Amino acid sequence: MLGLNKKDGTLLLIVIGLTLFAPFLLNPFPVESELAQFNAGYPDLMQRFVIFGIFAIGFNILFGLTGYLSFGHAAFLGAGSYAGVWMMKLLSMNVIPAIVAAVIVAGLFSVLIGYISLRRSGIYFSILTLAFAQMSFALAYSVLTPITGGETGLQLSLDDPRILTGGAEGGNLPVPSLFGLEMRDSFDLVLGSWLFTFNVGYYVCAIIMIAAFYLAIRIFRSPFGMMLRAVKSNQQRMSYTGLNSRPYTLAAFVISGMYAGLAGGLMVSMDPLAGAERMQWTASGEVVLMTILGGAGTLIGPVLGAGFIKYFENIFSKINDQILHGWFAFLPDGLENAMVALVHPFIGKGWHLTLGILFMLVVIFLPGGLVEGGQRVGRFAFRRRNKKAEGAEAEGAAKQPAE
Amino acid sequence: MGVLEVKNVGKRFGGLQALGNVNLSVKENTVHAIIGPNGAGKSTLLNCLIGKLIPDTGSVMFDGQSVLGRKPHEINQMGISRVFQTPEIFGDLTVFENVMIPIFAKRDGAFRMHAYESVSNERDITEAAERMLEDVNMLDKRHVQASSLSRGDKRRLEMAMCLSQEPKLLLLDEPTAGMARADTNNTIDLLKEIKAKRNITMAIIEHDMHVVFSLAERITVLAQGTPLVEDTPANIKGHPKVREAYLGEAH
Ligand SMILES: Nc1ncnc2c1ncn2[C@@H]1O[C@H](COP(=O)(O)OP(=O)(O)O)[C@@H](O)[C@H]1O
Ligand SMILES: [Mg+2]
Repeated sequence: MLGLNKKDGTLLLIVIGLTLFAPFLLNPFPVESELAQFNAGYPDLMQRFVIFGIFAIGFNILFGLTGYLSFGHAAFLGAGSYAGVWMMKLLSMNVIPAIVAAVIVAGLFSVLIGYISLRRSGIYFSILTLAFAQMSFALAYSVLTPITGGETGLQLSLDDPRILTGGAEGGNLPVPSLFGLEMRDSFDLVLGSWLFTFNVGYYVCAIIMIAAFYLAIRIFRSPFGMMLRAVKSNQQRMSYTGLNSRPYTLAAFVISGMYAGLAGGLMVSMDPLAGAERMQWTASGEVVLMTILGGAGTLIGPVLGAGFIKYFENIFSKINDQILHGWFAFLPDGLENAMVALVHPFIGKGWHLTLGILFMLVVIFLPGGLVEGGQRVGRFAFRRRNKKAEGAEAEGAAKQPAE
Repeated sequence: MGVLEVKNVGKRFGGLQALGNVNLSVKENTVHAIIGPNGAGKSTLLNCLIGKLIPDTGSVMFDGQSVLGRKPHEINQMGISRVFQTPEIFGDLTVFENVMIPIFAKRDGAFRMHAYESVSNERDITEAAERMLEDVNMLDKRHVQASSLSRGDKRRLEMAMCLSQEPKLLLLDEPTAGMARADTNNTIDLLKEIKAKRNITMAIIEHDMHVVFSLAERITVLAQGTPLVEDTPANIKGHPKVREAYLGEAH
């Protein structure tokens, strides 16, 4: 299918299925139920799942394949965001110019930063990218205020020119759209006590993520992707084999920078506001966590990692003591309070603690990330089924598909 | 004039003069062995040829052009491939990929942005890689991750990687060290076969005299960073200075 082998084709189909049916999959609990707070199927969060998925897929092309760990990729996301908002201020509220400009600006920016940072490798490369990103953040916050909006961020205003569509009609700020289709438009489907929301913006992002994922598979399976893995494996051997690793790493860096820019462009297409904090090192660190948590160097890992972290950030942080009391209400009062006090540090603002612990557990016990976890479970289930079906004979055969 | 001309090359590491004043001329289409005790500077000499080290003095000419001042990948693209003393392979990649990469480098040069094609559609590359693996008897291991190969297999793989580039000059740094006798003989046969099939010049560093005398047409004896003698294998065998300085010690 589409020039992919069977395994990759299946993977692509799974991703397509998961993203297109996400409004159903993420809202498994009835609206009025206790568990409704675990529903993640609202537009804002679903958009963030796929946008950060794109960010992580791109980051993985650099980090997962070449092993070069950038701590500054948020700078490209931020640059893309600013470029996107500017397009909406200057040209029109159509998201296409915003997204295209975001990718181009982030690409150019990453050529510059990549060219300099890639003169070093290992920890020095990481530090250089971190320094550049922090510098960009500081500049966006202060000196570049005319371009970035400084502390308040860059936002639309009524007197923006918007030369393609003319200025604002009436007294309201215009909203981003795709040829008249507004990003914020949603269709609610009520089935019994379930509610499913289908949002235009989400589906725009989802289709772009599927395309971005497909492109990543092609890159992974291309000679270029093989060379990137060779960089990670043995750069010495590569140069004594007649290959110049510098342009390969730079190309990977720029591609991943463009993915970050695409994510930034989509972010402002959903909500036309760009702030400097998007470039801060915590944002760069987040995509590193997503990629490692999901499984660096695997195709699907970064998407899983992005979904996992964004789910935690939004759902776990919403749980408060009152909800806990509800959960433990069946216990005697003293025990109830004790349990609430025990769980309290891990929820609400403490979600970082939970995430941190989970991250450590994954890194220690599943160095290949969630993908490795999934593979282990799959292998285990496969072996058991085979044993049951065909007895000891099947053991040898079970090993092969696991490889 | 040889295809490789090393003139007055010297290299110092701190207080140690690893190479004194090395002159070496390797004739086209010959197998030239460099022998000498451990620490004689043999590997250092090869490092100076492939751009891993820059000599302090002297010149290195290959095919009429200086290699000094060129980057390692440029020197390889001139037609020099090297098998290292400790195997340098792509450990994370499969055996098959290890052999495909040098073939890509040979066909496409130091960099080519082919990010959308599929490796498996590159018929000419995959077929050449299969043929090469067949020649070194490793086709059955094509899907094995290279880092999990035995030491002998790693060496054979590295040799296959270098040979698949069809270099003009092949540098071999102790290619049979750590190999079983049978594998050593296979390696000798493979190199002889390659030599008979097409034009190739080889410079080989080797401790195993069986390998040296089976392959070499010229031998240079290096001791303490300077060439002692250079002659034909027959003359080297009987040379009193060599027996004393090297052969006596090695056996
Ligand atoms: N990179 C280096 N730095 C310092 N000393 C080195 C280096 N490479 C080799 N040497 C020293 O140079 C001498 C020659 O080493 P080498 O060329 O490896 O010898 P051979 O290959 O003939 O056994 C040895 O004494 C070795 O310790
Ligand atoms: Mg040596």
